[in-house]
Amino acid sequence: MTTDPPIRVRGLAKSYGPVEVLRGVDFDVARGSVFALLGANGAGKTTTVRILATLLRADAGTATVNGFDVATRAAGVRESISLTGQFAAVDDILSGQENLVLVARLRHLDDPGAVADDLLARFSLTDAAERRVSTYSGGMRRRLDIAMSLVGDPPVIFLDEPTAGLDPEGRVEVWRTVEELAEHGTTVLLTTQYLEEAERLADLIAILHEGRIIAHGTLTDLRRLFPPPTTEYVEKQPTLEDVFLAIVGGAKERG
Amino acid sequence: MTVHLLHDTAVLTARTLRHVTRSVDTIITTAVTPVAMMLMFVYVFGGAIDTGRTRYVDYLLPGILLITVASGVAYTALRLVVDRESGIFERFRSMPIARSGVLWAHVLTSVVANAISLAVVVGVALLMGFRSGAGVGAWLAVAGILLLFTLALTWIAVIPGLTATSVEGAGAFSYPLIFLPFLSSAFVPTATMPGPVRWFAEHQPVTPIVTALRDLLAERPVGGAIWTALGWCAGTLAVAYAFAVAAYRRRIG
Repeated sequence: MTTDPPIRVRGLAKSYGPVEVLRGVDFDVARGSVFALLGANGAGKTTTVRILATLLRADAGTATVNGFDVATRAAGVRESISLTGQFAAVDDILSGQENLVLVARLRHLDDPGAVADDLLARFSLTDAAERRVSTYSGGMRRRLDIAMSLVGDPPVIFLDEPTAGLDPEGRVEVWRTVEELAEHGTTVLLTTQYLEEAERLADLIAILHEGRIIAHGTLTDLRRLFPPPTTEYVEKQPTLEDVFLAIVGGAKERG
Repeated sequence: MTVHLLHDTAVLTARTLRHVTRSVDTIITTAVTPVAMMLMFVYVFGGAIDTGRTRYVDYLLPGILLITVASGVAYTALRLVVDRESGIFERFRSMPIARSGVLWAHVLTSVVANAISLAVVVGVALLMGFRSGAGVGAWLAVAGILLLFTLALTWIAVIPGLTATSVEGAGAFSYPLIFLPFLSSAFVPTATMPGPVRWFAEHQPVTPIVTALRDLLAERPVGGAIWTALGWCAGTLAVAYAFAVAAYRRRIG
């Protein structure tokens, strides 16, 4: 089991009525790496994450998380993961400290208070610990949200558009957190529609477009897919955005 | 797993109870409408209503208690919708916790919150001259019926809580529940009602529940009404629970 990748997805398909959201998605995420699922709105990113987090059943295909099949061994998956969705899932009426203690209790940890204080310090929320979350800024809520996901050190973390709706400062804060997670050896699956974010954080990037992975690799690999520069005097490295648009445009013409 | 269920339910109930204690206004609001109704009926209409030798406030209180619960359970629907919209429901569901614990926490919180509101209403009734010589046993029976009634109505409230698409829509189900006691013997004896209305009033669940509570509080021997009352409560509870769990499975997976 230790040699298996912590996330393995094969032929995942999901439809909502006549709308095919996922049409055979395959990928692996290596232990301790940051994997970015990049795509526009409606590409199927959230659907993929919800299936992996046992919140939704796939119509076809298999997915294992930390060696547990998401369809048949959901309890094992839930022991192994943590999910931060698109909207900060925090309790507004409780204080930051109480939110963390709540999750620590639900994860049956021995010293919930100490776990909470530790995370509050790590996410620079100690000063706001006693305040109700309804008084927090967007960035603080998101930080608390991610801190709640780290309670109990789950080996696999899903971050579904973790910087959506944040100001640039808040975004940089989240980026720093993700980098820290990677240093701690946590496996991170991140979804984003920001190319800059994938470029900065991810070891591997998969481009999800209309329910399929249309490109997959490191940033360098993806850059190689870009048509080589020809007539220009100064060779310009394509940004990931150029790569993305080139591939997506190509797929549309073929598709 | 059972140990988990109890532990997780306790932790989650502590959380929702904090929501209640931090918005005491919800308990007050729950008690205000029934208290206002009680004041109006006792001091305005009561004089014109013939309840025989029973003082009107004694006659009225059981119905007022049911109205209190009917308006109190709306907050359960509300709290569930807020949990769903905030995403914290999804967080709980992706965690290794007993799933039914999430619903039971809301239901137990409703029981506690309604018990407080009911105590407030009974307190006001005492100030208004309500008296009962009922013993501990009868009071326990009254509490038991009200508990069963609260559980039944709360599980009804869970259904819109899980299915409503807006906070505003989630509370609407409680209006017919609040209105039902008016079409029963809760405020006026059914004898003066015209035929069809009287038939409905005598065969709907509020009348036997009110009658049972009234008999217990007045130290009268409780007749068959108490079994009809318990039957209605238990039946409603079972049906509402089944629908709520089905809604949970379907909607939340």
